[in-house]
Amino acid sequence: MAKLKDLAQMEDRLVAGHGMCLGCGIPLIFKIILRATEDPLIIANATGCLEVCTTIFPRTAWNVSWIHSAFENAASTIAGVEAMYKALKNKGKIPADKKIKFLGVGGDGGTYDIGLQALSGAVERGHEFVYVCYDNNVYANTGGQRSSATPLGASATTAPSGSKSPGKIQGRKDLAQIMVAHKIPYVAQASPHRWQDLYNKAKKAFEAVGPAFLNVLCLCPTEWKYDESKGIKLAQLAADTCVWPLYEVENGRYKINYKPKQKKPVLEWLESQGRFRHLFKEENAWIIEKIQQDVDRDWEWLTRLAEISSRP
Amino acid sequence: MKKETWTELAIGALNLQAGNSVSNLTGTWRSGRKPEFIEDNCIQCFFCWLYCPHFAVRVEEGKVTGFNYDYCTGCGLCAEECPTKEKAIVMVKEETKIIEEGKK
Amino acid sequence: MKAVKILNGNQTIAEAARQINPDVVAAYPITPSTAIVETIAQFKADGMISSEFVCPESEHSAMSVCIGAAAAGGRVMTATSSQGLALMWEMLYIAAGLRLPVVAAIVNRALSAPINIHGDHSDTMGARDSGWIQIYSENCQEAYDNFIQAFRIGEHLDVRTPVLVGLDGFIISHSAEPVLIEDDREVRSFIGEFKPVFPLLDTSRKITVGPIDFTDYYFEHKRSQIEGIENSPRVIEEVGREYGQKFGRFYGFFEEYRMDDAETAIVVMSSAAGTGKDAIDELRSEGLRIGLLKPRVFRPFPHEKIAEALKKIKAVAVLDRASSPGAFGAPLFTEIRSALYDYGQRPKIVNYVYGLGGRDINVEHFKEVAAKLQKIAETGKVEEMLGYLNLRE
Repeated sequence: MAKLKDLAQMEDRLVAGHGMCLGCGIPLIFKIILRATEDPLIIANATGCLEVCTTIFPRTAWNVSWIHSAFENAASTIAGVEAMYKALKNKGKIPADKKIKFLGVGGDGGTYDIGLQALSGAVERGHEFVYVCYDNNVYANTGGQRSSATPLGASATTAPSGSKSPGKIQGRKDLAQIMVAHKIPYVAQASPHRWQDLYNKAKKAFEAVGPAFLNVLCLCPTEWKYDESKGIKLAQLAADTCVWPLYEVENGRYKINYKPKQKKPVLEWLESQGRFRHLFKEENAWIIEKIQQDVDRDWEWLTRLAEISSRP
Repeated sequence: MKKETWTELAIGALNLQAGNSVSNLTGTWRSGRKPEFIEDNCIQCFFCWLYCPHFAVRVEEGKVTGFNYDYCTGCGLCAEECPTKEKAIVMVKEETKIIEEGKK
Repeated sequence: MKAVKILNGNQTIAEAARQINPDVVAAYPITPSTAIVETIAQFKADGMISSEFVCPESEHSAMSVCIGAAAAGGRVMTATSSQGLALMWEMLYIAAGLRLPVVAAIVNRALSAPINIHGDHSDTMGARDSGWIQIYSENCQEAYDNFIQAFRIGEHLDVRTPVLVGLDGFIISHSAEPVLIEDDREVRSFIGEFKPVFPLLDTSRKITVGPIDFTDYYFEHKRSQIEGIENSPRVIEEVGREYGQKFGRFYGFFEEYRMDDAETAIVVMSSAAGTGKDAIDELRSEGLRIGLLKPRVFRPFPHEKIAEALKKIKAVAVLDRASSPGAFGAPLFTEIRSALYDYGQRPKIVNYVYGLGGRDINVEHFKEVAAKLQKIAETGKVEEMLGYLNLRE
């Protein structure tokens, strides 16, 4: 079992001086994930908060090989890097014993939305890489536009609440399930508040034979509108309300990694963030009810899948 | 930082200076509050190190020894997540900004 | 062993690819370039190449794979046409901006709408400001020769710029003709080893590729990018000469056909130049002093050399296989007319858009143009500067 004390003494692959917001969840996620392999690593990063805030020329916060090419193609870009690695290995231009890990990274905009096709293609082709989506439910880099990961009822600048609108009227796309449907060896959902779980999942993903996908809940005080010191508490609440279940699917078998002793009502989650504030108006009460129903249904479904998976 | 002419830049818009963002002192963003480390209360759980988005927790010889205020933005996650009963990190008022870029 | 083979344009490109054996080939099929991708896939299946062959889910991803692979540090190629190139458009600029010497065979095809699978140059002309070197081919032999040279040009350390080689859809891609395929080893020795510069795969050197620039660096980086293509004319000339010395076929920026004593001239690129030459022969036998100039390199545009070649002509017609709606003439015309601006002595010049969506152009059409040029040469008057050929009006 990894100890934080040991992890803290490893070299940072993402370093200080990046420009991410106060209380941002992204560095917390990658602090752990980038320590989950000791092999040399090459990262392809989609356009987004992480990319922009780490590479404002002439500075870079990356202490690791890194490439950004566009918004929708982190998966195909890293696939290209991986293909060249295989080619040069086959041709004997890279020593046979040299191992390199490949990591594609994007936010929910670059992954659920504009980059979904490239991601689907790259995992279908079986490139050896890990893809991490840091899902903060919104296009945060550009000021809070809706994505297909924005939850029902959240107010986003392109799905704003108003006198005639309760905010986003569609639910979230279930990206982890879409990735499971690709029959890849490893898919997991994680959250920064359970670092050991996140670390283990990243390690499994790096060690998987074939593509692996991690969907990680990413705190965003700027767009979720909460006191930035409370982020980890919020992540805990997301798991306790089952809004963000922590689970993994290893070779098709589901395992829930965290079951709240007492499932908390989604109300607590919604109350905690300004993006849901308008839901507490009388006319929007149905939305809160619907959110609870959706969460219950999805949790029930996940529980059953885990049960089925546990059968011999 | 002197800005290069176009002929002085690496071809292909590469940045060859890995990790040179450390010259960007995010501590200059801090306004109003900062964390204070109370060593006697510290149980070395490393949660502050873990949850600091700006890599501002000092770790020396395997121990948390305080903060690097050059980078601390004062978000307060460390104090919030400090698990000891008597907190080893407390947020305190900060009147003036001490650090300014380029003076380091 | 070198040998004459009967091949169509697609097979010719695939054959060159087999000889070059790039490290990574990433390509998505699209008519009329599909057979390039299929043939390379078969070469891989039959163990005839050791390239990694990646068949992505779109052209956008194909170019993204090429970019990742080239930044990783190796020789990379792709092939596409029309909508495929259009879908790559965003990534074309990025390949050029990152100075990655990807080579692409573009089987030229019309752009939608209406959808049309036949040849014209609207696809590559749409990419003319993307920063890629553009070389056009008249026939299969030229496509083969250009494609091989493209690697040497793009990968040259002073250039390091992506290169596309155009060949006309169906007219070249699907028409078989005798092609001299050089010896595999000779082709490989001409191409040489790929020399990576700051490859991502050298993980001991932790580089950041593709950072974000604000107003203080973007302009300098763009200027730095432009230097690559500005350095390329010298390299294009050197490579064309060296190719000629090795294989007997010499290449420059354009070909002049019977231009020595010409009073009028037609400028036309790619396959139509073949028809044009036949027309010139007939017109010459009828006593007309007419010549033809066939640009080979469109980017970088050899403005000075072309202007020098045309300045003493009385009347010139530039034939464009692409339109540029709302512009003052089609792309090739505007380049040439602009190139001539500084010359005191310069020809009258007209522009004809022809062949859109694969519309035929035959000897009679060239003769029609020649007659108009003759009249302009005699009267010194241009009645219609911008027109269309073989269009029902």
